[in-house]
Amino acid sequence: MRLEHLRELNTARTERRAIVLITEVTDGAQRVVRGESIASDPMAELLDAALRSGKSTTVEHEGKSYFLTVQVPPVRIIVIGAVHISQALAPMAKLAGFDMTIIDPRTAFATPDRFPDVKLLAEWPQTALPPLKPDRYTAMALFTHDPKIDDPGLIEALKAECFYIGALGSRKTHAKRVERMKEVGFTDEQLGRIRAPIGLDIGSVTPSEIAVAVLGEIILALRKKPLRDPKSAAGSKAA
Amino acid sequence: MLASDDDILARAEEWRRAGRQVAIATVIETWGSAPRPVGSHLVIDHDGNFLGSVSGGCVEGDVVTTAMDVIEDSKARSIEFGVADETAWRVGLSCGGRIKVYVEKVD
Repeated sequence: MRLEHLRELNTARTERRAIVLITEVTDGAQRVVRGESIASDPMAELLDAALRSGKSTTVEHEGKSYFLTVQVPPVRIIVIGAVHISQALAPMAKLAGFDMTIIDPRTAFATPDRFPDVKLLAEWPQTALPPLKPDRYTAMALFTHDPKIDDPGLIEALKAECFYIGALGSRKTHAKRVERMKEVGFTDEQLGRIRAPIGLDIGSVTPSEIAVAVLGEIILALRKKPLRDPKSAAGSKAA
Repeated sequence: MLASDDDILARAEEWRRAGRQVAIATVIETWGSAPRPVGSHLVIDHDGNFLGSVSGGCVEGDVVTTAMDVIEDSKARSIEFGVADETAWRVGLSCGGRIKVYVEKVD
């Protein structure tokens, strides 16, 4: 492996970018393909499948055997709202192996006492989110059902094409939310990606049960849907 | 410290930049019950220092020896380990699985 390739792999990891190192096992020839360049690669389909699975693997292409060293950013969950459901979700997300951050500008809610073991930012989403750089490997859950707190988070999530966007609230609340987002300039297709009412329909009643439904829905979106949708990768970003 | 596979590649780069001769071993295939998944890394330097793992400690010794040859002649190699072969008593996987490891030099 050339030092240059090693450096590219390491840099991509630090910057939360997907990357694949392709090694032809018989002769040792290697090249690196960045996540965003995969669509135009001759091995596009194979690389896309590998990125979706997030696992390194051996593939056959035109009679040759290649080993793909696959690097995808670790999945994380960003929650808007330091509410009761978030208190239940934080330890569950940790157990399931997800890195989680909670954002809520209401300092009465966002206290370390209520959230001892999770990253907590007592700031407005529009301030807290940009430095976190939400991306396609980020799940965003909106729990405040206060538009002035949820909406800025939702806008960032839609722009970043987060693989999961869920919002708490009834169908009626969601219909109003969709109207507001249309005014901002998002399309029906983009807004159709929002899961609302949030969580798998398992009849959850308590905050903990809702947290289970949300975590289940995040895992479903992660494992059963492509993280990298070539269609949405092509563009169609709002605002 | 328990290093993840990601840390190991970062360390490989550090070691190389510090002027050490470095080889990277990667699990490229597994059959049956294998202790470490495909993509697991072991990084080895010319003095035989290593970090990471490609098995539960069963075959690392042999991989390090191979890495010395790879560092010496710069030729990448694939090596297979399993319990079915003659060398099982010396280096093999007690779990009954088989693994293929690709060893390459960092130039």
